[in-house]
Order: sequence, then C-alpha cells, then structure tokens
Amino acid sequence: MRLRLEKRAAPSAAMRWAAPLMATLLMLVTGMLILVLLGKAPGDAFRVFFIKPLASVYGIGELLLKTTPLLLCGLGLAIGFRSNVWNIGAEGQLTIGGICGAGVALAFGDTESSWLLPAMLIAGVIGGMLWAAIPALLRTRFNTSEILVSLMLVYIAQLLLGYLVHGPWRDPDGYNFPQSRLFNDWELLPLLWDGVRTNIAFLIALLLAALSWLFTAKTYAGYRMQVAGLAPAAAAYAGFSERRNIWLALLISGATAGLAGIAEVAGPIGQLQPQVSPGYGFAAIIVAFVGRLHPLGILLGSLLMSLLYLGGEQAQIELALPSAITGLFQGLLLFFLLAADLLVNFRITGSAR
Amino acid sequence: MKPLASVEPKPSHGISRWRVGLLALGLSLGLASASAAAPLKVAFVYVGPVGDAGWSYAHDQGRLALEKELGAQVKTTYVESVPEGADAERVIRQLAVDGNQLIFTTSFGYMEATVKVARMFPKVVFEHATGFKKTKNLGVYETRFYEGAYLLGVLAGGTTKSNTLGFVGSFPIPEVIRNIDAFTLGAQSVNPKIKTKVIWVNTWYDPGKERQAAETLIAQGADVMCQNTDSPATLQVAQEKGVYACGWDSDMSRFAPKAQISANINNWGPYYVKVARDVIAGTWKPSDTKLGIADGGVKLAPVLPSVPAAAVKAFEDKKAAIAAGTFAPFQGPIKDQSGTVRVPAGSVMSVPDMMAINWYVAGVEGSIPK
Repeated sequence: MRLRLEKRAAPSAAMRWAAPLMATLLMLVTGMLILVLLGKAPGDAFRVFFIKPLASVYGIGELLLKTTPLLLCGLGLAIGFRSNVWNIGAEGQLTIGGICGAGVALAFGDTESSWLLPAMLIAGVIGGMLWAAIPALLRTRFNTSEILVSLMLVYIAQLLLGYLVHGPWRDPDGYNFPQSRLFNDWELLPLLWDGVRTNIAFLIALLLAALSWLFTAKTYAGYRMQVAGLAPAAAAYAGFSERRNIWLALLISGATAGLAGIAEVAGPIGQLQPQVSPGYGFAAIIVAFVGRLHPLGILLGSLLMSLLYLGGEQAQIELALPSAITGLFQGLLLFFLLAADLLVNFRITGSAR
Repeated sequence: MKPLASVEPKPSHGISRWRVGLLALGLSLGLASASAAAPLKVAFVYVGPVGDAGWSYAHDQGRLALEKELGAQVKTTYVESVPEGADAERVIRQLAVDGNQLIFTTSFGYMEATVKVARMFPKVVFEHATGFKKTKNLGVYETRFYEGAYLLGVLAGGTTKSNTLGFVGSFPIPEVIRNIDAFTLGAQSVNPKIKTKVIWVNTWYDPGKERQAAETLIAQGADVMCQNTDSPATLQVAQEKGVYACGWDSDMSRFAPKAQISANINNWGPYYVKVARDVIAGTWKPSDTKLGIADGGVKLAPVLPSVPAAAVKAFEDKKAAIAAGTFAPFQGPIKDQSGTVRVPAGSVMSVPDMMAINWYVAGVEGSIPK
C-alpha cells in the first residue's frame, strides 16, 4: 500500500486557524523532549525558556522591544503576500530605513529641535519605500522576479551601510572604528516608561496593526489585492491592475520595514553600526505565515518569535545550552506549521496506485 | 596553586553546579569562621559560537583556564553568538541581574552596551575586550596581537617562494589593518621583496567567503596565507593547494597539519585568572590592559618543521627581543604605500597612532576600502 496526498475540496477554516496553535504546541512538546534528552528537567527548562524572560517588568519591556521590528515588518509583508507579491527583502528595506533616518540625525541633529525625530522617522519610511520601489519597478517594467531582486538588494543595503560607517559617517572621535557618533537624547525615541527600553515605536506598530486590518478588510484597494492573491484570473477579468497591486504591496512593506529600521537605530542601538538587525526582516517572513497573514495573528506570532529569542538567551545563561537552541525552536515551529498546513489542505489516503 | 577556599566541595557528576554553589554558600554561612565565601560568579559574552577554533573559542579556553585555576572560588557562565547591536545590552544586563559579579564582554561591538549596563550596576565589575571606554567599574583589555602577526610574517617571509603573501581581512578597522601591516613588516625583515595582497570579506566568520578569498589570493600567486577571520577555511584551502598558511586566535594545526607554519594565539587565561583574583580580593581597579608576548597573553604555536631554519632562527630572535622589550614591530623607519616616512628611524609608533592606524605600509597592495 502506498500513501498518497489528496487535495481536500474545502479545507476547514477552523483548522486553518488551529494549525499555528497546534504547531506551537508540537514545537513545545518536541523542544521539551529534546531538552529532556539533553538531561534537563522539563519543568526547569520550560520555566527558564518561557516564564523567566517575562518575570520582570524589564523582561516584558524587552519582549515588546523585540516584538516591534518583527511586527512592523510582518504587517507589511503580509499585505504583499496576500496578493502574491513576494517581498523577501524586508531586511534590506529595514537597513536602508535605518540609514536614511540616521542620515537626518547626523546632518541636522547637533542642535535640539522638536521636528527632528518625526523627520528621522519619515526619512526611514521613505528610505524603505524607495528601496522596495526598485523590485517594484523592475517587476512592472521588465517582469523580473521581485523575490530575487528584493533578496539581492538586502546585501547591497548591508554593504552600503558598511561603506557609510567605515567611511563618511564614521565617528571622527571613534578611533576609526566603524560606527557613527552616538545619537543625542533628542534623537532617540522616547521610552514608554522608566527602566525599560521599549519605546513609542511599539505603540506605532500597534496602531499600524489596526490600520492594516482596516486596509485589508474595509478598503477597496485591500479587496482588490486580496482577489489578486486568491484568484489572479478573476482579478484580471475584473480589470484590477496587477501593476498597481505590485507597487502598493512593495511600497507598503518597504515603508513598514523602513520604519522598523529607524526605530531600531533611534531606539535600542542609538547609533549607526555595521549591523542594525539580527535578521528581523527574514524572521518576519515566518511571523507573517505563523500569523496567517492576519494582523492579530501577526501580533501574536511576533510576540512568540520574540519570546523564543529571549528564552534562548536565558536557556544559555541558566541551562548552559548552546545558542543554536533558539534556531532549533524557530525551525521546529516553522516545520510543524508547514506540516499542519499541508494536512489542512490535503488528506492522506492509503489507496494503492 | 591550591584554591583558597579549599573547604568547599568540587563540582562533581550528579550535582548541578548551582547546587554546589548553594552548598558552598550554605557551608560558608554555617562555618562562619572559615574564610570561604560564595563563589565569585563570572560571566562571559561571546560574539560567535564557541565552536572549536577562533576568537570566541580562545576566550572560552580562557574561561576554562579560570575554572581550572580557581576551582570552587568561581562559577562561570557564558552566552555565545550574541549579536553586536540592540541585543547585547539585554544579555549583559540579564547576566548582571542574575548575580554575576564579574562580566567579560569579548567583542568590540559590545562597547556601548557594556558602558550602559555598567552605569546601571555600579557594584558589578565589567571588563570589555578591544574597546576604549573605561569607567569606574569597567576596564578594557586586549592583546598586542600585532606582535604575533609580525612574528608570523617573519616565518612567512622566509617560507615564500613567490615573494607574495595573501591576507584575508575581515573589516577594515585599525586592529586588522595593524595586523596586516605587522605581518608585512615581519616578512620584509627577512625578505625585502615581499608583497602582500589583501581581500576583505566584511565578516568575522563565514567559511564560504573566507574560502573564496583564499582561493583567489592563491590564484594570484600568494603562497603563504594569513587571515584575520575566525574560521580555519583559509588554512584548509592552503593545504588543498599545497601552499602555507597561519593559524589565527587559536592553534588550527589539526585543520591543516601540513599547511600551518605557526599560529598567533590569544591566551586569555592568565588575565582572566588575575582579574577574578583581584575582584575576590577587593583590589580590582579599572585598567587599560594590553597583553603581549612578554606576559604570555600572545603565544605562537609550534613552528612547522618544513619552514627554513634561517627563518625559524630570525623568528626566535625577534620573539626573544619583543619579550625582552628591545624590539617593537612598529619601530621606524616605516614607510607607507606612497613612500612617505610615517615612523622615523629610531622611534616607535605611539600607542594612540597605532590604535587609529588607517594606512598600509609599503609592500601591501591595493587600498583600504573607505
């Protein structure tokens, strides 16, 4: 007897939403099993991984801090993914956003002024949009793959950042080390409350989550994009412009990624360094899918992803586990999600031939 | 040397370390007259995976040396692969919250994060490697790695047939440029015709990129390689192509036993032991420590037998002279690529100049990426 996959006529909507929860549960069970095999007490491991990081106000602040760029990038990406536009280069748009925002600070920040921070944020957003406009232009003009172009632009963005911090924007008092000068207080995003590093970018991200829900659920443009994703032929028949969808999808995701970039640079980093993101733009792709491309799901997904980073650090500190543990948990999550999705959309039949 | 707190039990199998710590604490409280105190909690933050070679590996060897030397007087923790940037501050802070009294942050990019956390925890002692910001409870330390780079250059200059050396650079920061210059000066001290070719890979650790760079350099005629990156990829390529290379940060001979002429080794152990002892004794003061050949902070791996005897002799002589303080790698006259004398004969480059060096010595080809 051979096992075969057979497409389900109507995948269950309830199961589609249950899939990420089941994937999370399976990740926990498998992860704990691995920890037990490594000789750690499962209760201990669970506490260290998932409770301890949240056991203090500072810890919760860190969770929200790390959630912010994931949420911002994930929201933008999801809007594109819904309409079959695959922006894989959020990491690059994030980097350019950080560069453009920091550029404003470095050019005008020597004297305090109240318009400086808003200008930095706007510059970050515009930078991310411009970087995303390149794959949009090439796709609509020459039909190049936005997947490849946006991905390759990540590396160009990182090299540009490297050039700037090694060259023209290097701190003149920094012994030639590759970093810009430290930002002044008035160039940093205000903190939400004392003693944590969470800043107002988190509130902006929450607001954007609500807006993105309004956009997809309540606007005509959002509807057109959704149709283009679900049924491209129908969208074309209805006269929805594919070109406009591509531009919208890439500009929106570029904008949110750019905002995430300047929020990191003007937030916890506080200067331009050769690296401004440990891969938020890529992790946000997982977040978008774990969150079912829905703003609320993406919020939960980014909280979970953020907790995995923090828990991984804690597990290293307390349980002397290698840092690969974070990647292991993230990989398990994605693996189980993809497996669950497969089974939601297909059934396994035992029929021969 | 015997640990001071010899009443405390050594960690053994079956009992987790923190239990030993608690036990030790209980013991020391119970036996108030005994001199034993709770072990000093020491934490290390690494930029890469510990792995089995390279920068973070060398720091972890230092940590293990500390454990071995001080036994139950210390309890160490490490966190590896901590990205430089926003995450470092949380990790360092968490280590302080968890009660570590001495924290080593072992990469340049942790500087601002370490400064910030040190301000928040004035009673915790911080030591930051390769940085330059010192505060009341934050010291900085690094090795004069260019001394070892110079000595490797002496061996390389005596070994090369093509008079062309290859160097795989990570980032064009002063530390790396200094090592390239020192390597070239060392080679020129035994062979004035030396040219050094450099390829920058813009990463500390990427075996794929390092390998490509090494292959390109060898194709361009380099027959002794060196690298200021973390993986043994360059040595492995050298061994495959039948040329020579140098180990970096740790002894890499097991990855390329026929190719490694010697290795420039960061030996952090003695310094970590000293700092921990000072903290325990309450005599620690923030300092700007530079370790080198003389104090054993920089060591060189055994020289490959096939290196010509004359080069080995020059190598040993220079090593002894550096250790004795009668010779410095950046001793004039030194010319830059344009032929301008940067360090006149009879003087040695100043420490600030060396810390900020951003020019190649004559003999290095190409220009520094700006």
